[in-house]
Amino acid sequence: MATDKRVIVVGGGLAGLAAAVRLAEAGTPVDMFSLVPVKRSHSVCAQGGINACNEVARQQGYSEYEHFDETVYGGDFLADQHPVLEMANWAPRIIDLLDRMGVPFNRTSEGYRDLRLFGGSLFKRTHFSGATTGQQLLYALDEQTRRYETEGKVSKYEFWEFLWPVVENNRVVGIVAQDLRTMQVRSFRAAAVVMATGGCGLVYGKSTNSIICTGAANSRAFQAGAWYGNPEMIQVHPTAIPGADKLRLMSESARGEGGRVWVPRKKGDARAAKDIPEAQRYYFLEERYPAYGNIVPRDIATREIFAVCVNDGMGVNGENSVYLDLTHKDPDYLTRKLGGILDIYQKFVGVDPRFEPMKIFPAVHYSMGGLWTTFTKGSYNPAGPIPKHKSGSPAPIGSAIGQGMQPGAPNNAMTNVEGLYAFGEANFGYHGANRLGANALLSCIFDGLFCGQSVQTYIKIADTSAAPQSLFDAVVRQEESKAAAFTSTVSKGQPTPENNPYQIHKELGVEMTAACTVVKSEPRLRQAQVKVDELRDRFARVQLGDAATWTNQTLAYTRAVGDMLVLADAIVKGSLQRKESRGAHYRTDHPDRNDAEFMKATVAKFNPADRSVSVGLMDIDASLIEPTARTYGKKP
Amino acid sequence: MATHLNATPPPDAAPPSRGPATPGRTVNFKVRRCDGPGKPGRWETFAVTVERGSNVISCLQQIAANPVTVEGTRTTPVVWDSGCLEEVCGACTMVINGKVRQSCSCLIDNYAPGEGDTITLEPMQKFPVVRDLWVDRSRMFSALRRLKTWVPIDGTYSQGAGPKETPDDQEIRYKLSECMTCGCCVDACPQFLLEPDPARWETSFVGAHAVSLARLFNEHPTGRTLAPHRLEVLSGHGGINDCGNAQNCVKVCPKHIPLTESIGQIGRAVTVHQIKKIFFARPDPHAAAKGPG
Ligand SMILES: Cc1cc2nc3c(=O)[nH]c(=O)nc-3n(C[C@H](O)[C@H](O)[C@H](O)COP(=O)(O)OP(=O)(O)OC[C@H]3O[C@@H](n4cnc5c(N)ncnc54)[C@H](O)[C@@H]3O)c2cc1C
Ligand code: SF4
Ligand code: SF4
Ligand code: FES
Repeated sequence: MATDKRVIVVGGGLAGLAAAVRLAEAGTPVDMFSLVPVKRSHSVCAQGGINACNEVARQQGYSEYEHFDETVYGGDFLADQHPVLEMANWAPRIIDLLDRMGVPFNRTSEGYRDLRLFGGSLFKRTHFSGATTGQQLLYALDEQTRRYETEGKVSKYEFWEFLWPVVENNRVVGIVAQDLRTMQVRSFRAAAVVMATGGCGLVYGKSTNSIICTGAANSRAFQAGAWYGNPEMIQVHPTAIPGADKLRLMSESARGEGGRVWVPRKKGDARAAKDIPEAQRYYFLEERYPAYGNIVPRDIATREIFAVCVNDGMGVNGENSVYLDLTHKDPDYLTRKLGGILDIYQKFVGVDPRFEPMKIFPAVHYSMGGLWTTFTKGSYNPAGPIPKHKSGSPAPIGSAIGQGMQPGAPNNAMTNVEGLYAFGEANFGYHGANRLGANALLSCIFDGLFCGQSVQTYIKIADTSAAPQSLFDAVVRQEESKAAAFTSTVSKGQPTPENNPYQIHKELGVEMTAACTVVKSEPRLRQAQVKVDELRDRFARVQLGDAATWTNQTLAYTRAVGDMLVLADAIVKGSLQRKESRGAHYRTDHPDRNDAEFMKATVAKFNPADRSVSVGLMDIDASLIEPTARTYGKKP
Repeated sequence: MATHLNATPPPDAAPPSRGPATPGRTVNFKVRRCDGPGKPGRWETFAVTVERGSNVISCLQQIAANPVTVEGTRTTPVVWDSGCLEEVCGACTMVINGKVRQSCSCLIDNYAPGEGDTITLEPMQKFPVVRDLWVDRSRMFSALRRLKTWVPIDGTYSQGAGPKETPDDQEIRYKLSECMTCGCCVDACPQFLLEPDPARWETSFVGAHAVSLARLFNEHPTGRTLAPHRLEVLSGHGGINDCGNAQNCVKVCPKHIPLTESIGQIGRAVTVHQIKKIFFARPDPHAAAKGPG
């Protein structure tokens, strides 16, 4: 049904594009905002693949239900369970749709979609397009969006930055955004706003993320009243190439395709990798986790690598690095399956990983936390949670849609601000305390397609047209004066290390990486809190080096640094609050999971009066699967 | 079947190295600057201390943090475009030492291995400059709208899987589908000229990237239904006849996309399309629905 009510989608990664396509198809005009041409969104970086139950795995005993179970277990029982169930049930349909859109998925010799193994599963259930799956999925959705753009149903605002939501009585009525070329600030009305703005790797300075992944947009929604869930749940990926400007990812697919992680058994063994005989290599993941081996989930692999290098000093040449070895595989096979990432390694390190093992180390990668969202439960509601699914056994329920979440319920993926939605990595849902590889692309597209339908129902009942213009003008003025305050600092002279935005960001990244990643502890977190407070204080006196009124990147960057500091504050406070270890969050002073107290979401709220962040706990939906210890069969 | 995919040698990444690079050395960046459309250009040179593995972007970041020229003059930070920093998003294209390429994958150790070496950075030539090294490439996306480079699916409701495909065909489509709209091919093309006026894009050369994507979608069983439209556009002004076969495009494509092969194939398809038009006159049902340009 066509409507003149417009929806704003902020972000043109997989989540935003899927939402735009779904809404435009339903006849709703969409205004799409993106910092970059949407084809260059960060989703383009995703390498390994996208998970879904499939016919081959099904005949081997796998099911949508097992995918659901793996995801909840992988997330260490922190995710709301009903949404995960719905996502897993939808996954095969999403793959089929992408297939129809022309995504060049790798094929078997008979022409069916090929599959690979990925972390946290014993079944091949990951669909892929070489080693640039995200790029291929993004392009397919970009093309569909371009089709609607051509038909006038989607209007793109590329190189426009979302600055602030316009909220009236806890209901969103539009946004204020800035053209990054002309620097014009203006407001836009909408019946609903979808934040599909991705993750926040840049809070850590260097990460595997694109340099636009500051999390600033999410931070602004947070500062304007949206809650932020599980901020402390930051995924550190085990295998990345250390670099000066970025930590480039070597996808989990390298291990899924047979890559082995090892270090020399002898500490400080200076021989070249190829000269170290098999018996003198320590394949520590395979030895410690016989069932899953190299494809244990990320948080586990990361902690083991960290322990081997940092605690035991057994890294290659005594450095913080371990081998990721593919050299036992046929080079042509590797090119076909992993060409994209092997090229990256070769390009940036200058070594061909087909013939020499790669040297890798963990890096900040993904934010499970994000804007807090709610949902309406679907039709599957057992009397009580049932025990964990036994891998390969028959599923207790079928995969009909609507069992996990109620399709079209207006509140699916809606934040606590009415009409303000969070999709994709910006949404805190699905992944709990740790995301399984190849589940992010799925959650992004699922949000866009499934929760996009919820936006469609919501706008039928929401009428925001009466919101007074003065409200919009006030937010425009707020943002203009913020910008003017930044650029007016230029006349005060040269930035010093004390007030240089680049320096503040750098110190933030170093501190967050040291205190808030693989291992955390109360004293170290307290120290980080002091540092973040200091940086927030210094930022109040920040000084810019460019007052241009045309294409002022320094202004946009500095503004984002301020918003990253607020997110960092929430991450540190969430980490302090959670006095247990769960998934990616590991506290040396509380090494065990504590379900009685902490099988709950941490929810951060922002107090505009004193710009402070507070964190509380909120119950989660754990009504489907009973929690069990998450050991992945580790040998004692 | 897959052998032709890498028929073109990779573009030579760098001038021959002059021996091992010294970490901690100083490299000069001579940057072409311009404050905005219609503003005069100027050169500024910055000295940057480089570490092992530095690339052009990491050096530009250092300059941004402390924009002081070699003469000691404080200036504004250089403006540039970037995203992924791993040569997959296409944002960071610029002209480096006279050659168009991605700046994120441009390693300083290869380009300037010696103390005091200079690297020259200029914006792409065929697009209007927004500021400094940032150019406006919207014309490339407009060409994609013109050519309807998508698969016209019925909608997003479940309809089962897409068409089966052989691994060989997948490999060809995958290669073509890696185009990141970076603009190297058109910047190097003698037939693709700077055209700041969007009103003229409809009749200006679409460029090798767009021809190749037309081929990609003409190869797909559902995408093929729009082939007559694409071939019609490509037989008109700014279409395949504008290509002079200089083959510069294929030499600079960072994704090694077989562009000349695509051009040849589309050229033949356009000829067949025109012959068909003469013998079986049939209006193009999609010709009316033009993009906003
Ligand atoms: C190297 C790498 C490899 C990965 N590989 C995989 C994989 O194999 N499988 C998997 O499942 N997941 C993978 N992931 C994770 C996955 O890629 C991301 O979680 C996912 O792509 C996020 O998509 P998104 O749509 O939520 O956001 P993004 O793709 O990050 O898009 C965010 C959008 O928001 C816009 N935006 C942001 N802020 C603003 C603002 N202020 N104003 C206007 N617009 C704004 C941006 O321009 C962009 O369009 C990988 C991640 C990385 C870093
Ligand atoms: S072959 Fe055609 S498209 Fe390629 S550079 Fe030459 S003229 Fe341009
Ligand atoms: S064809 Fe190659 S050079 Fe041209 S835009 Fe695409 S990736 Fe860039
Ligand atoms: S920054 Fe994406 S290609 Fe260089």
